[in-house]
Amino acid sequence: MTVKIEDKLFLDRFKVDEESHLKIIDGEVCKNKCESQACLYFCPAYVYRQEGDRIAVNHEGCLECGSCRIGCPNLNIEWKFPKGGYGISHKFG
Amino acid sequence: MMNESYDVAIVGAGPAGISAACVLADAGVKVIVFERGEYAGSKNMSGGVLYGYNLAQILPDFAERGCPVERNIIESRIWYLSKEAGYSIGYRDSVFTKERKFNVFTVGRAKFDRWFAEQARRKGALVVAGTTVVDLLKDASGKVTGVVTNRQDGEVQAKIVLLADGVNSPLAVKAGFRPELKAEHVALAVKETIEIPAETIEQRFGVSQADGVTTEVLGEITGGMDGVSIIYTNKNSISISVGANLAAFAKSKMKPYELLEAYKLHPMVAPLIAGGKAIEYTAHWLAEGGYDTIPKLAGDGYLIAGDSAMLFNALHREGSNLAMASGKMAAEAIIAALKKNDVSKQGLSSYIQAMNDSFVMKDMNKYRNFPGFLYDTHQLFNELPQMAQFAGREMLTVNGVTKKQKQKLIMDEIKKKIGLVKLAKILWKGWRSVK
Repeated sequence: MTVKIEDKLFLDRFKVDEESHLKIIDGEVCKNKCESQACLYFCPAYVYRQEGDRIAVNHEGCLECGSCRIGCPNLNIEWKFPKGGYGISHKFG
Repeated sequence: MMNESYDVAIVGAGPAGISAACVLADAGVKVIVFERGEYAGSKNMSGGVLYGYNLAQILPDFAERGCPVERNIIESRIWYLSKEAGYSIGYRDSVFTKERKFNVFTVGRAKFDRWFAEQARRKGALVVAGTTVVDLLKDASGKVTGVVTNRQDGEVQAKIVLLADGVNSPLAVKAGFRPELKAEHVALAVKETIEIPAETIEQRFGVSQADGVTTEVLGEITGGMDGVSIIYTNKNSISISVGANLAAFAKSKMKPYELLEAYKLHPMVAPLIAGGKAIEYTAHWLAEGGYDTIPKLAGDGYLIAGDSAMLFNALHREGSNLAMASGKMAAEAIIAALKKNDVSKQGLSSYIQAMNDSFVMKDMNKYRNFPGFLYDTHQLFNELPQMAQFAGREMLTVNGVTKKQKQKLIMDEIKKKIGLVKLAKILWKGWRSVK
């Protein structure tokens, strides 16, 4: 089943910080050393997307669960909370 | 505000932090609470059940104070599902509509936590939202002496810091209070809140106004991964969530939102949410690691409570009550330590003692092997529900075949799919992990 993640993220309220709170530490590791590329699948907001031979980080839709930080098989993601007040704001929660 | 010093700084305005703030403020302790979200609750998500007993320990008059209850839960259902079918058991009791009203009730965490923080504020706690604590201040001996926020000149001195910043706490890791979690220690859950008119919910679940039902679901819905789902009734919406162990997600390459969408089409789920409109989509971890992942609860100048301390009972799906109870015990230990003027680990150790003597650590300890059992027993999430479906279908299909013959068919299927010895082992291991 394919699901358009944009339709889901559209339901949420975000205050986007231009500076990303997520960073791939070493793109070479993703390109050459990572077989599973697990982040492309488990991220609930599809933040990580294959673009050509690199992985793009769309931090704007991040749901702030933290999964990429510890789920990356190479621990190759630098993860901070967005600045205070930024990021997702749950309406219902 | 920021350049003042406080008796206590609390990181996180969720159930643990705010419970502590209420108790501390009641005792006249000067307390400041930092919340990284725009408002308390804005980053928080859970299935959405709270427990009246534990909330009343903090605010005995919570109902009169206008606590934003969605529905009072009078029935708890458990489902075991295959892809196309499922078993259901439930327990409904009139005692939960009257004498034990609010034993369990649903909330939207964005509304509840905001309201809860407001109660702490009224008691005298200072709650500062939109402020992320990025580090802790420590003296030369390593004793915690305050927090560093992301604001300019954002250092705040405090005699004691209470960490209550949730399961995803990079701060606890940075401060060395907790090792970084491993993927198998958390479940990743996604949740959709689906708007449905109140009367429709009441008809579909057979409840009167103000009452509701919770449903906990296991089985093939998580595609063979160690996972769980919930369907909880709110006033004008239904919360539907599905989650699985993060390590299992990473291995399976299943996408959480696809799992959720497939689940919404299940024949037992679809009729409940038919015609509804999704209004929010959120994701969060569950602290599934259990007892063995609970860190040291106190050290020099600090304590740790709630989800940050990995307090989550995976079998009973209890978390918010453990958060409130631990927050309260932390606050009581803080009050005692301030009185003695000893904020060292020794001075705060009454927290550890109180926790060990309470239901919190006793329950966590009782089920310490349960998360491992679920993680190791993938058959619970594929072969077993398939087998259960085979048995249900066979026994309930009326087709002239004798019941004895049907029993034999089922037995043969069990032997083929899983084996009697293996099944007995699973049941025995499962029993041992919860007894």
